[in-house]
Amino acid sequence: MQRIGVFVCHCGTNIAATVDVAQVAETLGKEPGVVLATDYPYMCSQSGQDMIENAIREQKLTGVVICSCSPRMHEATFRKTVARAGLNPYLLEIANVREQCSWVHKDREEATQKAIILGRAAIAKVTLNAPLVAGESPVVKRALVIGGGIAGIQTALDIADAGFEVDIVEKEATIGGKMAQLDKTFPTLDCAACILTPKMVDAAQHEKINILSYSEVEAVGGFVGSFRVKIRRKARYVDETKCTGCGLCTEKCPQKAVPNPFNLGLDTRRAIAIPFAQAVPKVAYIDPNYCTMLKTGKCGVCSKVCTVGAIDYKQQDTLEEREYGAIVAATGYRPISLEKYGEYAYGQSPDVVTSLELERLMNAAGPTGGTLLRPSDRTHPKTIVFVQCVGSRCEEDGRGKPYCSKICCMYTAKHAMLIREKYPDTEVYVFYIDVRTPGKNFDEFYRRAVEEYGVHYITGQVGKIVPENGKLLVQGSDLLAGMQPKIAADLVVLAAAIEPDPSARSLATLLTASMDTNDFFTEAHPKLRPVESPTAGVFLSGACQGPKDIPETVAQAGAAAAKVIGLLSRDHIVCNPCVATPNEQMCNGCSSCEKVCPYGAITYADKEFRMPDRTTALRRVAQVNPAVCQGCGACTVACPSGAMDLLGFSNKQIMAEVDAICR
Amino acid sequence: MNDTYLEYQAEILRMTDRDPKRCMICGKCTASCPAFSEMDFHPHQIVGMVERCEFDVLETVEGLWHCMSCMACSERCPRDVQPARFMDAVRQWRIRKQGGEHLHPQQVPEKIDEATPQQAIAAAFRKYRK
Repeated sequence: MQRIGVFVCHCGTNIAATVDVAQVAETLGKEPGVVLATDYPYMCSQSGQDMIENAIREQKLTGVVICSCSPRMHEATFRKTVARAGLNPYLLEIANVREQCSWVHKDREEATQKAIILGRAAIAKVTLNAPLVAGESPVVKRALVIGGGIAGIQTALDIADAGFEVDIVEKEATIGGKMAQLDKTFPTLDCAACILTPKMVDAAQHEKINILSYSEVEAVGGFVGSFRVKIRRKARYVDETKCTGCGLCTEKCPQKAVPNPFNLGLDTRRAIAIPFAQAVPKVAYIDPNYCTMLKTGKCGVCSKVCTVGAIDYKQQDTLEEREYGAIVAATGYRPISLEKYGEYAYGQSPDVVTSLELERLMNAAGPTGGTLLRPSDRTHPKTIVFVQCVGSRCEEDGRGKPYCSKICCMYTAKHAMLIREKYPDTEVYVFYIDVRTPGKNFDEFYRRAVEEYGVHYITGQVGKIVPENGKLLVQGSDLLAGMQPKIAADLVVLAAAIEPDPSARSLATLLTASMDTNDFFTEAHPKLRPVESPTAGVFLSGACQGPKDIPETVAQAGAAAAKVIGLLSRDHIVCNPCVATPNEQMCNGCSSCEKVCPYGAITYADKEFRMPDRTTALRRVAQVNPAVCQGCGACTVACPSGAMDLLGFSNKQIMAEVDAICR
Repeated sequence: MNDTYLEYQAEILRMTDRDPKRCMICGKCTASCPAFSEMDFHPHQIVGMVERCEFDVLETVEGLWHCMSCMACSERCPRDVQPARFMDAVRQWRIRKQGGEHLHPQQVPEKIDEATPQQAIAAAFRKYRK
């Protein structure tokens, strides 16, 4: 005989204001099998939990129904409560009467009725619940960090310092990411390379860190604690173990017309190159799109000059498969393409540049050696106009992004300040919609640009830019003055919106990690679990989760590392016992379930069965690996003969709930 | 709020099919406007006045008649508010408010000259008659 206890939570006024909790408890108390029904202001409080524990002991309850918030919120809490009282934690059901009832209804009578129906369904289900025991699966003590920018490097260093092995997979030939391309960093104006490159070297020299540069993740299998990841190591046509990074080949290569990606195509380099002086690993690679030897079979200069014989034109991509306990996505961002913004003349004049291009034009290792020269005629620009929010905060214009890119206000203040500092005879104008500087010492920094450096900030946007006679005619609006300023500029800098790196989309598919409509990775909880993906064992670091500056990225990278360390420091993790189980008598071996399983948890085995006529027959039946199954239920839907069932969510239980709702 | 003004606002929003609350006052429309120097009030201000129901001011705005409907503001608006539609709608509202039949179909033949595109006649009807 079932002895079920029903506990209805007020959640302060969250539930009680819309739902008559006393009536819910009273009505549910009359359901068959229910021996106790009561309500309480905060069921999740210590005294609320004590009440549940005592009731289980005193009333010898065989099942518990809690009408409260979403099970995503407190199911884990209440399972522990139930377990403390000696009841199997899976003999608990939660009826969500907050998110799916009180919060979405206004009419008290209707909401109360709905809460009663939801409670009744939970009672019907708990009557059929069976005790389940969670298994354990081992944890591989190694982490994979995808992306070798500042986010990935910091996460890897923090995990490695805790004593766990980390692999960094970076698609480019060097780690360093976008930060390596920056000149100075706000708000302290220290040089980006000076603070980044020591970290790159630390990562390279750390005995626990293994850098797989020029590599990409190709497939991900397994689950939290034991992911199996296939990594494509792209052919760099240079033996990484032999190359000393002397750079002789990069000077002798006759193919000189290769746009230099590190300088964003503002200058050229050779077909064999080391991305930049402090690259890690400092190993050359050949760009097969430009190398004469790889394209026509004639040349071979680099292999002749190489003193250690590192050049290998026959090198092929290789695939490596490795196991990891945790995966961190740190795929970063890039500026959006501005080709649709014809009014800003980007692409029409070389003197209209993006902010990232300006970083290279101001950097000592950049195409101009650190002297600010405009790209068209290599003269000093005397009038410079900055345009903010180019593609940011654009809703439904089909060109930009709806969000604020967050970093532009600060880097533009930095650029304006640096230019006024170095070239005081330059006039600098900034067209802005709002100046957003919420950060430590950020607003002070922006005010310094205005007050100490005399940067002209103009409230308004730029309407159009017309290249004419070597100048750029900028027409904007000054909303506070009610004017339409027209400025003849020498250089225009566009603060292009940032977007997630395009590799993130395919990676999210491989990881089954969810993304928002802008292709930023979604966090498990926007406030309380900001560095975890909803997919167990997958963590988020840096701008792949949303626009961020360097201090924030580093903080989040450390937070992601702490979560990874917490996972890897365990020898086993508790598995979800709500897994699929086939009824072998009913299974006809059709493979439908195997095909839909996203985790590869289902295999087939030939088994002997006794037939009704006392003969034995060999039949092909489905087998589920409970350590791999995540309990998604896809197989139970696909099975044409109803042989597949999910423990804790059996077809019978679901139908009982439906029946109770329709009663 | 004046009920008549709310009716005016509803009429203009029906004509524009755009929400002026989406405007973030970036000023790109006004920055783009080739008739800026002729206008007493500028595109972003017209959108704002409709949003704030300032029809007493809109009744006297002269800048409306300097708008050439080049649509640059609508083309470049980052939030698809389409200020040009507001310009046009407020113009129609002003004309309709004068009352009476300003263009009767019977008057059309005498007003036609060979150079007038048919489109312009159709547009005149839209503007003069509700």
